[in-house]
Amino acid sequence: MFNFFRKESPDYPEFWNAYEAKFQEELPAFVSQTTFVVLDTETTGFDYKNDRILSIGAVKVRSNELDVSQTFEHYLQQERFNPESVKIHGILKEEKTESLTEEEAIRKFLKYIGNAVLVAHHAVFDIKMINSALKRRGLPKLKNPVLDTGYLYRKTLLNSNLIDREKNYSLDEIAEAFIIDVKDRHTAIGDAFITAIAFLKILGKIDKKKEMKLKELLKL
Amino acid sequence: MKNTIAARIADFLKNFPPFDLLQQEQLYTLASEVKVVYVEKGRSIFKAGEEQHQYFYVVNKGAVSVLKPQNDIFETIDKCDEGDIFGLRPLFAKENYLLETLAVEESILYGIPIDIFKPIAENHPRVREFLLQSFASNTRNPYASGDKGKLLTSTPPVVAAQNLFELQPAPITRKVITISPATTVQKAAQKMKSRMVGSLVVVEDNIPVGIVTDENFRDLVANGMALEAVPVSEIMSSPVICYSKGITISQAQLTMMKHGIDHICITEDGTPNSEVIGILSAHNIMLSEGNNPSILMKAIQRSNSTNELKKIRNKITLLLRGYLESNIPLNLISKIIFELNDASIKRIVERCIKKMPAPPPAEFAWLSLGSQGRKEQLLQTDQDNAIIFDDVAPEHHAATKAYFLELAKKVNKRLSIIGYEYCPVNTMAKNEQWCKSLSEWKEQVALWITNAGNDELLLSSIFFDFDISYGNVKLSNALSDHIFELTRNNKRFTSALAAVTLRNPPPLGFFRQFVVEHDGENKDTFDIKKRAITPLTDAGRLLILSHEVKNLSNTSERFDKLTQLEPSNRELYLACSFASKALLKFRTKQGIKERNNGRFIKLEELSKEEKMKLKRCFRSLKEVQDLVKIRFEISGYHV
Repeated sequence: MFNFFRKESPDYPEFWNAYEAKFQEELPAFVSQTTFVVLDTETTGFDYKNDRILSIGAVKVRSNELDVSQTFEHYLQQERFNPESVKIHGILKEEKTESLTEEEAIRKFLKYIGNAVLVAHHAVFDIKMINSALKRRGLPKLKNPVLDTGYLYRKTLLNSNLIDREKNYSLDEIAEAFIIDVKDRHTAIGDAFITAIAFLKILGKIDKKKEMKLKELLKL
Repeated sequence: MKNTIAARIADFLKNFPPFDLLQQEQLYTLASEVKVVYVEKGRSIFKAGEEQHQYFYVVNKGAVSVLKPQNDIFETIDKCDEGDIFGLRPLFAKENYLLETLAVEESILYGIPIDIFKPIAENHPRVREFLLQSFASNTRNPYASGDKGKLLTSTPPVVAAQNLFELQPAPITRKVITISPATTVQKAAQKMKSRMVGSLVVVEDNIPVGIVTDENFRDLVANGMALEAVPVSEIMSSPVICYSKGITISQAQLTMMKHGIDHICITEDGTPNSEVIGILSAHNIMLSEGNNPSILMKAIQRSNSTNELKKIRNKITLLLRGYLESNIPLNLISKIIFELNDASIKRIVERCIKKMPAPPPAEFAWLSLGSQGRKEQLLQTDQDNAIIFDDVAPEHHAATKAYFLELAKKVNKRLSIIGYEYCPVNTMAKNEQWCKSLSEWKEQVALWITNAGNDELLLSSIFFDFDISYGNVKLSNALSDHIFELTRNNKRFTSALAAVTLRNPPPLGFFRQFVVEHDGENKDTFDIKKRAITPLTDAGRLLILSHEVKNLSNTSERFDKLTQLEPSNRELYLACSFASKALLKFRTKQGIKERNNGRFIKLEELSKEEKMKLKRCFRSLKEVQDLVKIRFEISGYHV
């Protein structure tokens, strides 16, 4: 009999195995019991292959609460520098904030998220950037379920002839609609926090009675 | 390591007591352990009898009511908004909560961990004292909002007797400006002007010997006395009427009437032989009397911030509740509340125009659509609005439109802050589809009416139920005349309106049971808006339009008019007019009770009498729907 676990993960580092092991636990049945990690990344650009993550910010949200002590805020040492994107995120190459290597950041991030449901605004981009970083280390893709606040926000709007259902709402537009302060916009942690508040408000609209099953939310 | 969120929370906290007393590092340490809590409107944070939380709370956004359970009835004893703290019991006593807290708006709270905060408070006497005061009084004195955060040693706890306004403690101004008897009249007048007060207390060794008010100056001038040299002791009113600080409003009013004065001096022991601690004026009593529409109106027109307006809005809700409780006729209530709503909107538009970099580049009209347009908006529900601006030269069009969109963005945001939630289908002037020039609008509605499908056709019917809240009425009239021409004798239009009127059948089932919602979050409740109010509104609009009557948008007024136009159906229309008022009242009462938009009614909570009343309304609805069906030749609903 062959051991197919061993075959699956031949010689992945210990931190990856620990991360993978967390998925043996089942996710909670209800949205109100689920831990969500709301995240945002700042990057040198939009090219999944050549651009790099500059910083990762994330907060944990569970049953309408967010612990400030449980936030994730790390800057990455840069191998690549794109002067164009400095205008947006304000992170300079020589910035003296404490920074981690990509590998350290990935390790910490995997430990932080565990098997939580990930939430991001236009999540595809952030997840792909992280997956690219994983790939560079020879690791598989993230295993967590992912929710996109841009998509969920559209689900809160009523159907009407006047609403463009395909419209992509920017984080700024959603923050405006929900009247959320946009201080610290364009820092990873600031955007993650704004996204988290927006996410809570969206859940408030689509799960009014606190009875929604997690499966239903993931299928929306 | 740096925690940006903690730094941001510390930035917020440092503006409010007692956190303003802490050092920066202390505050940052505390902030990095804060729990951010999101609470939906209508949800409780903790209930009476519930075990202690490990946190007490600061309101970051929104508003929270503190309620005291008393014989199964909850009395609101305090309302906390931005920066206010509540839930302090765990800091002082090891027992379960006695009070109950409820989010009256969607709120974000900061939970401050007690195990970390307690040692800080214990080493900081002023912080401790502040918290003790806040806790002991259960509530801040609502009159002393200017003193919020100061360490009041003598705040009388306001026992909730909202209905007995006269028995509440009178609003005392603690900021008393005093002068000595020898001060010249001119100096005194200058002081009153610079400190912006209407009265001065004349004191000798802090003991009050007289009072000088505007009136004394009038007498002085009228009597032709020389101004510069006279000391105030010559003109002041003396002796001073003094009371101690517990004086109630009715006592104060009676005293003022008896002595023919407008000011009472509050002293330490209530006699003229002790120190002055405050002053009480007839004007302040009047201002605190929130349940008076003319005073609210004045307050709206003078309001200088959105937050101020939001507070006034809360008073309007109290006023509404009082009216409903005392069974005042609904059309009277509607008119008063409409005027106050209308004034709030006007004031916001007015202030937003001032905030714009330039005055409006063209004439425009701000339209309130939907229920506010029909003068039927008693509860605060979603906002629906639009802008029409006058045509400008083509080369200026883009800039003009951009200006009004920017203005609308500001207005929509502020309306949302004072409680009119954003429209879920985005029918708001900040949406460029609802902010157009007159000729663009004319083109748009022509398109809606002549080319499009039924749904678009119906959008044009919005312009039969609007009210102009601000701006030039010629623009809105021009548009509605235009629509009127387009729809006159337009069979397709009237039959579409008729089909919609019949879209929701009368809400009584086969066995005269109520039809309830079968699924979704409001399962087993009765949707009074969709099933009763909207169909009746639709019927009223259709029938009044078929008689080509313009500028009448209120549903019950429309039915009243119909009784004159069609005497043969007088009975039915009277019943419909009555039903539209009764249904609105029903919804409003429900909304006030449940603190929401009142739309979904739980049947099991209705009394027998209420059910009978509702059923009577439905019978009228059914009859008028039958009439529509026959008159407009609709056989069932089809799109």
